[in-house]
Amino acid sequence: MLLRLAWATLTRHRSRTLLAILGVAVSAAMLLDMVMLSSGMRASFRTLLLSRGFQLRLAPKGTLPFDTDATIPDASGVMRVLRTIPGVTTVSPVLGGQLHIVRGARTIAATALGVDPAVQGDYEITQGRAPASPLELVASDDFLRASGARIGDTLSAASGYDAQLRSFSGQRVLTIVGRAHFLYMPAEQRAVAIPLATLQQMQPGPATQNRDHVSLFMVKAREGEPVDSVLRRIETALPRVSAISTETAMRQVDERLSYFRQLALILGAVSLAVGFLLVTTLVTVSVNERLGEIVVMRAIGVARGRIVLQIVIEGIAIMVSGALGGLGLGLVTARYLNSILASFPGLPAAIDFFLFEPHDAWFALGLLTVAGILAGIYPSWRGASLPIAVTLREEAVG
Amino acid sequence: MSDVVMKASDLRREYHMGGELVRAVRGVTLEIARGDYVAIVGPSGCGKSTLLNLLGGIDRPTTGSVTIEGSRIDQLSDAAATRFRLHHIGFVFQRFYLMPALTAIENIELPMAEAKIPRDKRVRRGRELLAYVGLEARYGHRPAQLSGGEQQRVAIARALANKPQLLLADEPTGELDAKTGTEMIELLAQVNRDGTTIVVVTHDEDLAGAAHRVVHMRDGVVVDDRRQR
Repeated sequence: MLLRLAWATLTRHRSRTLLAILGVAVSAAMLLDMVMLSSGMRASFRTLLLSRGFQLRLAPKGTLPFDTDATIPDASGVMRVLRTIPGVTTVSPVLGGQLHIVRGARTIAATALGVDPAVQGDYEITQGRAPASPLELVASDDFLRASGARIGDTLSAASGYDAQLRSFSGQRVLTIVGRAHFLYMPAEQRAVAIPLATLQQMQPGPATQNRDHVSLFMVKAREGEPVDSVLRRIETALPRVSAISTETAMRQVDERLSYFRQLALILGAVSLAVGFLLVTTLVTVSVNERLGEIVVMRAIGVARGRIVLQIVIEGIAIMVSGALGGLGLGLVTARYLNSILASFPGLPAAIDFFLFEPHDAWFALGLLTVAGILAGIYPSWRGASLPIAVTLREEAVG
Repeated sequence: MSDVVMKASDLRREYHMGGELVRAVRGVTLEIARGDYVAIVGPSGCGKSTLLNLLGGIDRPTTGSVTIEGSRIDQLSDAAATRFRLHHIGFVFQRFYLMPALTAIENIELPMAEAKIPRDKRVRRGRELLAYVGLEARYGHRPAQLSGGEQQRVAIARALANKPQLLLADEPTGELDAKTGTEMIELLAQVNRDGTTIVVVTHDEDLAGAAHRVVHMRDGVVVDDRRQR
C-alpha cells in the first residue's frame, strides 16, 4: 500500500514528476561523467602503459620518455648491461624521429619509430606483417590515407629535408609490409615504424658520427619479480638513465592531470547538489500541497514513520528514475566529450578521458539514492510532525 | 446504556493565537455510553471541534483526562495514540480528506493496511463497506470522480474499516447539499444502529435531531446535555 500510494502520488502530477526526473537525469549524467572523468583517464593510461607488458621505461637522465629530443648514447652497450641485470626478461629499444616521404610531387612528414620488431611494444599489426628486413616498414592508417600508399608499395623516405634547397638526406627506399595501430600516438598522427638500425643509419650527420643511440628502452621484468627492485638494479648499473616504473609514471600523470580530477570533483559535487536541491524542492512542494492529507493519515492511525517512508520513497523513485535515464545520457555525452578531449595535443589517441566502469555507475547511483533519501527526509518528517488538530483547522480556514 | 465507552473529565484546552490566550475548552466533563449517538452543537468558535479533537486523541488537553475503553489516551505517546486511533476510533471530516491519488477501495484499505490486515481480507472488507454505504459500483473511482456525498460515504467506509468502537465526525454534512445531507444523516443513523458509538459535531439541526443525545456548548463549556430518545 505504501508503494502504491507513493506511485499514485507521483503519477498524479505526471508532468511535474517527469520534469523532475529529466532534471535529475541531466544532473545524474553530469555526475556520472565526472565520476568517469575523475578515474577514467588514470585507468585508461595505466591500461595503455601495461598493454604490452612493459613495466619499466628508461629515458636519458633527468627526462621523461619522449619529453625532450635527448637520447641515450651507446644503446648497444646499455642493452648489453640491461640483459645482465637479474629480473630483466625483455628489452625493447625505441628511437623517435621524423621521416619525409616523397610521393610524386608531394612530401609527407611522418613520425618514425625505430624499433626491434621482434620485441617492440609500440604498435599492433592490424594487417600484413611486421618488418622482417632492414628496408621494410609498417605504417598507421593516417599515414596510408595521407600518402595514398598500400601494403606492398615502395616509398622513398628521408630523415632530413632542406626546404630551401629541396634536397633530402639519409634517404632509403622502404617497402610497406603492414598496417599498424600505434598505441601511444596522438589521433591523426601519421606514423611509421622501421627497424631501429635503419632509422639510426638514416639520421643526418657525418658518416663518422656515432649513431648508436635511442630515445628510450622499454623493459619487462620477470613475472613475480618486484618491479621496484629491478628498477633500483638498473639505476645502480646505469647511472646515465632515468628509470621509471608504471607506478611512477602514473604518479606523474596524476600530478599533470590533477586539474581534470579537481574539475571533475567540483562539477560532480555541483551536479549532486543540483539533483539534491531539485528533489528537495519537489518533495517540499508536494508535502506542502498535501498537508491536509498527511495529517488526516496520521489522524486515522497511519504511523508517522510510515508517512515519512512513503514520501522518502517518492524522492528515491524520482532520483533512481532520473539516475537510470542519466546513465544513458551520461554515456552518450561522455562519448561526445571524449571525442573532443581526445584531440588534446600530444595525448595518445588510445587514452579515454571517460572510461565507463560498472562501479562508476553504481557509485553515482548510490550517491543519488542517498541524496534522494536525504532530500525526502526533512520535508516529510516536518510534514508528518505537524500538530494534527492545528493543521486541520488551518487547512479548513485556508 | 450504562457501559461507558468514553469518559472526559474536566477537560481544558488553552492555546495562544496571535499573542492572545485562547481558552477553547474550559472544563468539560462527559461520559458517553457504548452504542450512544451524541451530537455536540453550539455556535461557531464555542470549542466543539476542539473538544472532538481532544476526545479523538488528535489534540492533547492542557489539563483533564480522556479515557476510552479504559485507556487514558491523553497520556499516550504520539506513536501509541496513533496506534490507538487506528484500532479504536474512526474519523469523518467535513472536507472528506480522501487520498486523491487512491481509488475508493484503496482509500478504505489504507487504515487496514496500516493494521497489517492481509490484502485479500482488505479487499473483501473494502467491497463489503462500499456496498454498505451504497457505492459498490464505484470501487475503482478516484475521489475526483465522485460527488461530495459519495466522497463522504467513502470517508465513512474508511472510518469503519478497522471496526472501531467509536466514530467521531466533525461537521459531516457541512459540505453537502440538503438532499445529500439527509442521506448522510440516514447513513450515520444506520451505522449507529449497527453498533458503533457516534459522536458528531454539527451545526446541522437535522443531523443533531437524529442523535440520541445533544450536548450544547457555549464559550468552551457544556451548557446543556439532553437525551432526545
